[in-house]
Amino acid sequence: MFNPIRKGVLALFAASLSLAPVTAFANKADDTVIAAFQAKLPSLDRYHAPGREGFLLGLLMYDALIYRDPNTFQVKPLLATSWKQVDEKTWEFTLRPGVKFHDGDPMTAEDVAYSLMYSADPNNRVFNRMTGGWIDHVEIVNPTKIRVVGKQPTPLAIEYLIQLPIVPKAYREKVGIQAFAEHPIGTGPYKFVKQSGNDIVFERNDDYFEDGGKSKPAIKTLIYRAIPDVNTQVAELISGGIDWAYYIPSDQAEKLKRLPMVNVINAETFRIGFMTLDAAGETDPNSPLKNVKVRQAIAHAIDRAALAKTLVGGASKPVSSACTPSQFACTQDVTQYDYDVSKAKELMKEAGFANGFDIDIYGYRSRPVAEAIIGYLNAIGIRANLHWLQYSAVIQARRDHKTPIVIDDYGSAGVNDVGGILPFFFADSPDDQSHDPLVTKNINEAGSIADQDKRKALYTEALKRIADQAYWVPMFTMPVNYVMSKNVDVPVPADENVEFWRAKWK
Amino acid sequence: MAQYIARRLGLAVLVMLTISFLSFIMLKMSGDLAISMAGEGSGADYVEFLRKTYGWDKPLVVQYWNWLLKALTGDIGTSFYYGSSVTSLVADRLPTTLALGAMAIVIALAIAIPLGMAAGRYQDKIIDKIALFIALLGVSTPIFWLSFILILVLGLQLAILPISGGGSFEGLIMPAMALAFYAMPAVIRISRAGMIDVMHSDYIRTARAKGLRPWQIYVQHALRNTLVPVVAVASVQFGFLLGGSVVVENIFAIHGIGYLTWEAINQNDYPVVQAALLTVSAAYVVLTLLADIINMMIDPRIRLS
Repeated sequence: MFNPIRKGVLALFAASLSLAPVTAFANKADDTVIAAFQAKLPSLDRYHAPGREGFLLGLLMYDALIYRDPNTFQVKPLLATSWKQVDEKTWEFTLRPGVKFHDGDPMTAEDVAYSLMYSADPNNRVFNRMTGGWIDHVEIVNPTKIRVVGKQPTPLAIEYLIQLPIVPKAYREKVGIQAFAEHPIGTGPYKFVKQSGNDIVFERNDDYFEDGGKSKPAIKTLIYRAIPDVNTQVAELISGGIDWAYYIPSDQAEKLKRLPMVNVINAETFRIGFMTLDAAGETDPNSPLKNVKVRQAIAHAIDRAALAKTLVGGASKPVSSACTPSQFACTQDVTQYDYDVSKAKELMKEAGFANGFDIDIYGYRSRPVAEAIIGYLNAIGIRANLHWLQYSAVIQARRDHKTPIVIDDYGSAGVNDVGGILPFFFADSPDDQSHDPLVTKNINEAGSIADQDKRKALYTEALKRIADQAYWVPMFTMPVNYVMSKNVDVPVPADENVEFWRAKWK
Repeated sequence: MAQYIARRLGLAVLVMLTISFLSFIMLKMSGDLAISMAGEGSGADYVEFLRKTYGWDKPLVVQYWNWLLKALTGDIGTSFYYGSSVTSLVADRLPTTLALGAMAIVIALAIAIPLGMAAGRYQDKIIDKIALFIALLGVSTPIFWLSFILILVLGLQLAILPISGGGSFEGLIMPAMALAFYAMPAVIRISRAGMIDVMHSDYIRTARAKGLRPWQIYVQHALRNTLVPVVAVASVQFGFLLGGSVVVENIFAIHGIGYLTWEAINQNDYPVVQAALLTVSAAYVVLTLLADIINMMIDPRIRLS
């Protein structure tokens, strides 16, 4: 009578026993590097893999027409050997001959046109709407020459094109999007081998072409392993179970620095932290934030240097301008608000708020930073009431005009140009809380012309205005910690785009 | 009997409906899926486009109703994050979680039943004190803390078990131990109480009077009756383990339902959260039913009444 149940339980237990052991220790001997990531890749099709890891996948397995060096930000040839701007809306690319996809099929102009047009169609819901959304059509001039035509003049075309991988039209259409995501094919330095559990295994593409911006990998096998908990990642790094991890918090990184088996490197990203202030009074027509003196007082009340040094840590630097320092046209030569509590109090008094006021403040990222900001505000009489929500809830609240102050951060979606950040927070965008006509005019104009000097002048003027009016409180850069085994050297980028094909054993 | 099971199943359906409705509403309130899906820097028109495409611009109740109608036909949806069907995601992850849960419950029972029975037999003696202390420790130790201590000791210092990844049998040992520790207290207490109860009963006195050896008394006579409440508790504990595996699977990077749930919550991927919750609540329902059936087998008196 007990038998069926007993059998069931035993079968279940046996099932657990039969799971084959796959523990492969990463090392030089089997030429395998294991990299840990907090997030699983939702898809192996770059067009459907959003987020930071999607960028890495795009570079690893696929190639775009052109490539941006992650340290110098110089744009180099990749699947295109040369390119030129034909007119305001049109770019012409000469394709590299002889490039093959991982299955041996040649990469053709049709593949390029198909890939770019796939990203342009909103119905395809690719990783980021704006990256391909500007493209109107692609002309195939001849088998080695194509033209990409924008809907309007798009000064950021090159910055977007470095993110759009070329996928094989025939194969992808034949197997369908879902099957392609499980067995993807690209032209990149690594090719997909298999996915099991938390691991995705990639292997060197031995036929990878020379002379492009990227190179054939030195290390044969790369395993992308999802380990969601950062403490577990740290334990694995110490035990040698993995070779590489990033986004390790500063407190953990400090401890790891003292250990003999790992190297810790802190490097900049495009991400900056800042506060947006409801200068237009959208949340409340009587908002004290409408007063420029109050906004300037807030800017003076925040000790950016202390936040950067103690809470963000590493290479974090205070920023004064509403953009990422490495971006094109990101001038730091704007009104500076040094940390000065008495000056801030003075400004509050001049604004008629000697006794301060109560205000709602929204945040989603770093609780310690939020608490510190509340402390700084409290010191000048601003009693901030914190609303701690999910990212999307905070953004929705701002778009619904419910957020007087948001503690926010932004990575410009990997675009190394001020045009990758300002249009999303000013120029009457849904996240614009100032609606300054001059700022709006300049940003719109700079976004629609090709003349780089002119663009720079327009953005500089806008950034100065934003700083003068203290529409934003720019705070700090947000570098990340890369931790890797002493045996391996994975070059550290300045834009988070880690290039595993450049990794070497030591 | 059949009527009883039918009533239980009916109740189970109501419970699952309530759970699915509550989780739907709560997830919807926690953040805007269209915004997180559109990604940083996407225009409002694109967010609006996504909302329309997926029908998220309709009132919540209507959205829930649409989901429910589909669910009733067996289509519980497509993951917004993974793009694949929720059923296939759950089917892919469920075996690992079940294996982990089974291992944990086996470890928990193997330790807790003998310990509880010994504690009951030697009430107020040192073994009883130790058992009760372990039970107390089990309920008051946060599972994530215990997990990290296990990683530190067994994974790093002694380096005898893999730290993460449940792809191998060894990989499941540490998480199963953490879960087992969490499931033990209730079983220790219930088997201790059962033992105390049984030891005072007439048939044990008779067995003693017959001159049976002590182990015969405990194993052949006392164990069966002690087990009746233990089975009920253990099945509920197994359900707890499925829930507790959200934390444990994340710490040990186990490719199971718990990890999937956590990812889905982070991504506002409500079809997956729904499915995970429904799976766990269905497991509860099945387990309590199973417990009743097992008890009928152990104790004929239950069957007769």
